[in-house]
Amino acid sequence: MLKQFFSLQWKAFYRSAAFKTNLAIKILMVFGALYFLVVFLAMGLGTYYFIEKQGLGDPFILVNTYLIFYLAVDLYIRYMMQKMPVLNIKPLLYLPFKKNQVVFYSLGKTLLSFFNWVHAFFFIPFSIVLVYEGYNILGVVSWHLAIMALFFCNNFLNVLMNNKDIVFYPIIVLFAFVGISQYYQWLDLSTYIAPLFRAFYNTPWTIIIPVFLLIGLAFISFRYFKNNLYLDAGLSIKHSKAKIEDYSWLNRFGNLGTFLKNDIKLIKRNKRSRTTVVMSFLFLFYGLLFFTGSIEVYDGPIWKIFAGIFISGGFLFSFGQFVPSWDSSYYPLMMSQNIRYKEYLNSKWYLIVLATIVSTIVSTFYLYFGWEAYLAILVGAAYNVGVNSYLVLWGGAYIKTPIDLTSNKNAFGDKQAFNAKTLLLTIPKLVLPLLIYALGHYLINPIAGYIFVAVSGFIGLAFKDIAFRKIENIYKKEKYKTLNAYKQKAN
Amino acid sequence: MIETQNLTKTYGKDTVLNIQSLDIPKGQSFGLVGNNGAGKTTFFSLLLDLIRPSTGRIINNGIQVDTSEEWKPFTSAFIDESFLIGYLTPEEYFYFIGDLRGQSKSDIDLFLNDFHAFFHEEILGKQKYLRDLSKGNQKKVGIVASLIGYPDVVILDEPFANLDPTTQIRLKTLIRELAEQRDLSILVSSHDLIHVTEVCERIVVLHKGEVVRDIKTSEETLKELEVFFGG
Repeated sequence: MLKQFFSLQWKAFYRSAAFKTNLAIKILMVFGALYFLVVFLAMGLGTYYFIEKQGLGDPFILVNTYLIFYLAVDLYIRYMMQKMPVLNIKPLLYLPFKKNQVVFYSLGKTLLSFFNWVHAFFFIPFSIVLVYEGYNILGVVSWHLAIMALFFCNNFLNVLMNNKDIVFYPIIVLFAFVGISQYYQWLDLSTYIAPLFRAFYNTPWTIIIPVFLLIGLAFISFRYFKNNLYLDAGLSIKHSKAKIEDYSWLNRFGNLGTFLKNDIKLIKRNKRSRTTVVMSFLFLFYGLLFFTGSIEVYDGPIWKIFAGIFISGGFLFSFGQFVPSWDSSYYPLMMSQNIRYKEYLNSKWYLIVLATIVSTIVSTFYLYFGWEAYLAILVGAAYNVGVNSYLVLWGGAYIKTPIDLTSNKNAFGDKQAFNAKTLLLTIPKLVLPLLIYALGHYLINPIAGYIFVAVSGFIGLAFKDIAFRKIENIYKKEKYKTLNAYKQKAN
Repeated sequence: MIETQNLTKTYGKDTVLNIQSLDIPKGQSFGLVGNNGAGKTTFFSLLLDLIRPSTGRIINNGIQVDTSEEWKPFTSAFIDESFLIGYLTPEEYFYFIGDLRGQSKSDIDLFLNDFHAFFHEEILGKQKYLRDLSKGNQKKVGIVASLIGYPDVVILDEPFANLDPTTQIRLKTLIRELAEQRDLSILVSSHDLIHVTEVCERIVVLHKGEVVRDIKTSEETLKELEVFFGG
């Protein structure tokens, strides 16, 4: 029985779409994975000696102090990125498998996830170093196993969080409370919890606590899944109640309004696009890193423009770069309905420009850091509207990744979204304005630098028709390939 | 209305469609039948310029579909769920299509009045997004939406599949009425020989990408088709 499960899993793995992307990306992915493993290994080996050399006290104690944050971040990353096993269960339901086996298999599968074993690459070398440095071997082994058990606890917590609101909300509240109290230093949670972690070392029998916790969580998840193994219970896809929204005030914009209405609904009603827009909101605060001088490398004058581009262009970069993929699930409709490519692109352009203007208005709070900071944002906005808005639309023609609007799991960058052409296009988007500014800044004065960038934005705006004709032609040329690519549903 | 000239579609070495000549006059109800892989959907996709022909061309009302977009105002289609926008309610979807085809909201409300029986009270006012409707109900929405704005050419791929018996009968009546009332060319593909012979004036059989029968529908047509597919 298990044999069949494994063979299914193996096929799911090597036949998956991600595995079939082209060779260059595959090599990149392998290098990426290796890179992370090496980094973790190096950290595992190096942390101890690094802390010792910096004179931060006993490395073991320090690591225990921060371990709780490590675990918290791990849980957060899992919630965002780790895929849940639920969906693949359906085809197994009516086959002669016992329910226990199906649940056992699906939960067991989550244990093999990358998110579980990657930590071993840090903790195994770290533990070896501890033993090498004279720590009690029994204590270290007990500590190590206890911590690993906690990571597996995270695994099951995540499974439950994904499915049960009653688990999700308390954890969120707890996180918020701990975060805030830590920030205002009401109470330093880590000082209370660190001794607990140290106890695993000092009194090895305490390892039974995390182990029991793990068994408990595994049991709860198991029971939860088994009870919900019905198409209309745990395996059902949640339906939300529809609200009819009118937005008739947009009618005055004619066909443009039609598309804008649709795009607003697209953003509001789909998980993936909502996340993206929330993320673009976070870009607004990116400038704080630059203007507060908290990071030294960002102090150079050129970086102010870089910040300006990102602050005003959050939506442009996060949403705009996936035009037309947002419409991937109904692209054939868009291509055969009574829509001219030009109108379609134009509506997306206006959406991007509107969002850029809104971001620019919202970011007036940067005036606090002086008018020059805000000027950088205004100038960045001009460049975004005049140049970058075309570039993202242009780049979008080459991104042929269908977007599954209802799923959040790929919101942090799609593997396929990186290809040579889109990478090349980031140069004019980010590097060119810096160069233009540098030209003015170093040849004349900072104000000239700002003027140069702003003017290049206005020139771009003046050539909108020409730029659009070019982009339209590229979209038309890529149309069939895009349609074909969107047919391959993302999984 | 629609002229097809030397049309072929090839993937690698496989020729999936090869139509030397096929003309569909204005106002005809046209049925396309064939087994899986016969090229029905390929032909319709070519008609809508969703795939590029390997050779030849399709001319829709004087406009070559792969070089100009001017056929879009008078042509509409429902091929599959990718013609629906999942996060809209049926009403919003109809209004959206209406907007694109120059129909105001009240035009659409009036238009939808005729389809209450067809929808069987399962579509309108249900506060459901299209993605949450059943396959059959999605199909009903897609078919009705393809009739918005008085198009001259309507293309429906497998409209009878997934529909309940009542709706199948209603759809047949609808297609017949449409073909009679207006000068509408309606192109329908189906696996169901009985349905097509009932609604289409003309039936073309595709087999491995080629036209093997071109029949003006009569009493004997069903027999003829059954013999063809049975043998």
